[in-house]
Amino acid sequence: MIPAEFRYTRASTVDEALDLLATHGDEAKVLAGGHSLLPLMKLRLAAPEYVVDIGPVGELRYVRIEGDEVAIGALSRYRDLALDPVLLKHAPLLAEVSGSVGDRQVRHRGTIGGSLAHADPAADLPAAVLASDATLVARGPDGERRIPAAEFFLGPFTTPLDPAELLTEVRVPRQTGAGWAFEKFTRRAIDWAMVGVTVTGGRVGLVNMGGVPLRATATEQALAAGASIEEAAALAAEGTNPPDEPHATAEYRRHLARVLTRRALTRADARRSG
Amino acid sequence: MKVSIEVNGRPVAGEVPDRTLLVHFLRDTAGLTGTNVGCDTTSCGACTVLLDGESVKSCTVLAAQAAGHAVTTVEGLEGSDGTLHPVQEAFREQHGLQCGFCTPGMIMAAVSLLADNPKPTRDEVRAGLEGNLCRCTGYHNIVSAVIDASGQEVDR
Repeated sequence: MIPAEFRYTRASTVDEALDLLATHGDEAKVLAGGHSLLPLMKLRLAAPEYVVDIGPVGELRYVRIEGDEVAIGALSRYRDLALDPVLLKHAPLLAEVSGSVGDRQVRHRGTIGGSLAHADPAADLPAAVLASDATLVARGPDGERRIPAAEFFLGPFTTPLDPAELLTEVRVPRQTGAGWAFEKFTRRAIDWAMVGVTVTGGRVGLVNMGGVPLRATATEQALAAGASIEEAAALAAEGTNPPDEPHATAEYRRHLARVLTRRALTRADARRSG
Repeated sequence: MKVSIEVNGRPVAGEVPDRTLLVHFLRDTAGLTGTNVGCDTTSCGACTVLLDGESVKSCTVLAAQAAGHAVTTVEGLEGSDGTLHPVQEAFREQHGLQCGFCTPGMIMAAVSLLADNPKPTRDEVRAGLEGNLCRCTGYHNIVSAVIDASGQEVDR
């Protein structure tokens, strides 16, 4: 199984990538780690005329503190994020989620920016940045713009990014003492989450409970009003629209969301400090 | 396009279509057929090789992405005098295979795992090899082989 024919182009800097995207526009796809794009291309579900490989763009590979936020370069790999001391200290949910995406081989290639720009509703990172209240930074021909995570996921595989724009950074508020946890249920270890739950700072993000990552707002409101974890978790599936498939019905996914939310909230509560 | 990759310490160059996957470059251009194509969908790990020392599934990397980088395949593990790599030796010693199809990928994944975690527990080996599927063994002897290769006592 090989992809349909395409022209391979390579960028070493963000400016070079933007030039290539400006030239090829709709006909081009950005290749970061390639672990979302290449499988789709091999199945011929995607057949871009041009591939813009941004793998060598070293300037997009970093994690650093900037004021009250942690700034994460879009090309940071899952492996880098899972082990990053700054992230482990200041945005540990993202480190934990990054460390459980796919398998080791996938984590050696896949990038946070690639996962977010791909916007697969079954992917772990989108729900994690949503629960983290992150801001996504994109650069295009007209300069830079910042998009709140809550406005970034428009539908399955759909984001507000223009074909000429490149996702360059993820900015996450520094966590201060709040508990965090990630729970997911998969058939096999390497599978996409049937359902996943991300918790940080009293916010709950759901994986694969609709066409986009969702916040479990009923659960969050109940917690804020003083409900117990049991009571709050029972509301986790409210307002969701999970996919209904033979191996996992919508009702089964709602059940998973409630159970995993309870587990995640319990673990997050135990990790609270101060 | 022209692609040049350092494979097992020696440069391999070839004129290949842009869409060439690393696994096909290794098998067809470099002539190293130890790396198997299993599922072709980033699931089974049979095609695992080291890219700059880290395990990757070579069916999901373009040859062009690996250009200028260093790749190690199972053929690159043994010493120049033909001595097996400790992980290869342990797979033989512990009978960590049956049909052998997954073995090259399993061994490369184990080499990468041990580079990160030189003394893993059995559970850590299982978690570390979750990207590699074996349809024969039930994994038990594979885990034993990795424990053996790490220099630890194999506790069955």
